[in-house]
Amino acid sequence: MSAVRATSPAGAYAIELRNVNVYYGANLAVQNVNLNIQRQKITAFIGPSGCGKSTVLRSLNRMNDLIAGARVEGDVIYNGQNLYAPNVDAVEVRRRIGMVFQKANPFPKSIYDNIAYGPRLLGIRGKKQLDELVERSLKGAFLWDEVRNDLKKSGLALSGGQQQRLCIARAIANEPDTILMDEPCSALDPIATQAIEELMQELVKKYTIVIVTHNMQQAQRVADFTAFYSIRKEVLPDGKDKRWGVLAEYGQTQQIFEHPASEETERYIGGEFG
Amino acid sequence: MATEIRDPKTMSTVEMMKDEALFRQGLRARHRRGTLWKRFFQLALAIAFLALIALFFNIVNAAFGYIIENYAVDPQTLAPDGDLSALSEEALVDILLTNQSNRLPVYIRDYLFAGDASQFTSQPMYQALPNATLPEGTADLTVRDLTPEQQAQILIDNMDQRQLVSVVEAQVVSPSVLKTYSLMESIFNRAAIEQEYQEQFAAQGAVLRFYSWVNIDFITSPMSSNPAATGVRTAIQGTLWVVVLTILIAFPIGVGAAIYLEEYSSHEENSLTARISRIIETNIRNLAGVPSIIYGLLGLAIFVRVLSDITGGRTIISASLTMALLILPVIIINAQEAIRAVPSSMRDGSFGLGATRWQTVYKIVLPSALPGILTGTILGMSRAVGETAPLIIIGASTFILTDPSGPLSKFTVLPILVYNWTSRPQQPFRDAAAAGIIVLLIILLILNATAIIVRQRARRRLAS
Repeated sequence: MSAVRATSPAGAYAIELRNVNVYYGANLAVQNVNLNIQRQKITAFIGPSGCGKSTVLRSLNRMNDLIAGARVEGDVIYNGQNLYAPNVDAVEVRRRIGMVFQKANPFPKSIYDNIAYGPRLLGIRGKKQLDELVERSLKGAFLWDEVRNDLKKSGLALSGGQQQRLCIARAIANEPDTILMDEPCSALDPIATQAIEELMQELVKKYTIVIVTHNMQQAQRVADFTAFYSIRKEVLPDGKDKRWGVLAEYGQTQQIFEHPASEETERYIGGEFG
Repeated sequence: MATEIRDPKTMSTVEMMKDEALFRQGLRARHRRGTLWKRFFQLALAIAFLALIALFFNIVNAAFGYIIENYAVDPQTLAPDGDLSALSEEALVDILLTNQSNRLPVYIRDYLFAGDASQFTSQPMYQALPNATLPEGTADLTVRDLTPEQQAQILIDNMDQRQLVSVVEAQVVSPSVLKTYSLMESIFNRAAIEQEYQEQFAAQGAVLRFYSWVNIDFITSPMSSNPAATGVRTAIQGTLWVVVLTILIAFPIGVGAAIYLEEYSSHEENSLTARISRIIETNIRNLAGVPSIIYGLLGLAIFVRVLSDITGGRTIISASLTMALLILPVIIINAQEAIRAVPSSMRDGSFGLGATRWQTVYKIVLPSALPGILTGTILGMSRAVGETAPLIIIGASTFILTDPSGPLSKFTVLPILVYNWTSRPQQPFRDAAAAGIIVLLIILLILNATAIIVRQRARRRLAS
């Protein structure tokens, strides 16, 4: 069971993707992604709608397994271990690699129970341990001061930004190494967005973060590295389009935004399409 | 606004869109149409409401009103103020002894003997009444060899006072209802009733009184062939037994099937399993529309006949299993809808934290779906309470005096009793049937209210 963590040589990269193809049923969604995600850095995935950036993100913690018909080819290597090897349990992967979703999705439970959800899944029941864990996680998500007196209140009673920070606190309660964020700010106002971005800058001191974003300024503000995905198109003999995503360019954020290697990247960043 | 109205046919689409007069004209027509529909909806509601009122009126009209009653023995002569329930067991048995000493063995048989009635008189007492307290020296005798005093002693020792009161009321006082009047007649036609009573019935010593067919005695007495003394106790108990067992069987199976279909079947590795699940799902939807009598035939064939060694034949458990089959589709479909209504973001959140599928179902999906699941259960329960046809087919007793004591007892239920009474020629039985319907409705309301309270609790727990 400890396959995911035991073989963790202090490699240079947190996650390495090698020749990753993702299919939904018979349709190719993303083709041949090769990407090295740096430890304790923020990596942003950008690109137009339908380019497969969320699909790649979800393949990093095997969330795609939950979609009927989804299939991942190639290797996703995490701490030296291929996550898609037959002896790896997806449940363990998701517990090591946390995820924050586009729409804040606190459970219809109290704030306390939301945070304690992950530890309780593992069978941790002791009130003292849980109390301590809840406090540490909420502090880690900069939410403690706002909710410390309302831990019994429903997570759904919080504002949108607070809900998203609750979801982040819930994820870090699991003590993951890596946190995946799928457009975490797309439903938030600028002030709440700023709070999340500040939080990310703090979290990256401990965790590797991968974030999907539609907001180019956000990528520029927070990300150390940026991966730009694009769409390839082929017209089939019957006249229909076949579209799939590819990783078009990857590098340091500054380089991607200031000296993009390809014209396509430049046009996207310049707001010409997407 | 005196714009001239032009013929729309001569206008271009842009002109039509911009034409003020045309717009106003159209707007009036649109509002008119809307109002017309609104009137129709109101009418529909009014008709539904009237139908309900008519139904209620019909039942209440029959269940209350004047009756003219005659007694074989006037209760006033038996007890002070005619109040039999104040008498002791000994006094009650004494009344039986003086009035009907030759019928005591019949009461022993009806109330204390559990076996085949035709065998009763030939068995020695210790065998016929193995659990009863018997007077000394009577154990080896048959009931015919006992003196009336010994028989009376058996009644005193083994029946409680309430049972004895009902025996005396039904058998000695033996009220017979000569004529009944509806509530409407009783209210608006009192003088005519009074006159009819004086002319035709007063001379026989009959009594005219206002009578509620729903009363304590009606609820606490077993059935009787005398409409004035009949009651619904056995049927109430039968109904409760059947409904509770039905829910206990159908709820876990139905919710389990719904969970599998919604949460597991589409993720089966084996595509054959997934395909079979889809076929089953389609069939469940069709099963919900199958006439209940067909479930009765199924229950008769399987639970009453084939499994008779386990179910004991025409028993409560057979009825509950049949009813459970009948309401399973309702529970499954509603539970499926409720489970499907749980946002997938909740499941993603749970899986993303490293929950297994079962943990996600148990901790996230089921609590959120519970109110909806309970709604389906309430619907199923209401159906089980009111359903008659399948129980008639599987052979619920139409006349039974002993209360059900467990899942393997013979039984009857309220709807069957009501059905049975309404098909009798005597008017008093139809009035008793109306009272039975009122009792049935009250039970239904109590069961539903309980379920709704449970559901509200679940909702509130989710919201807080």
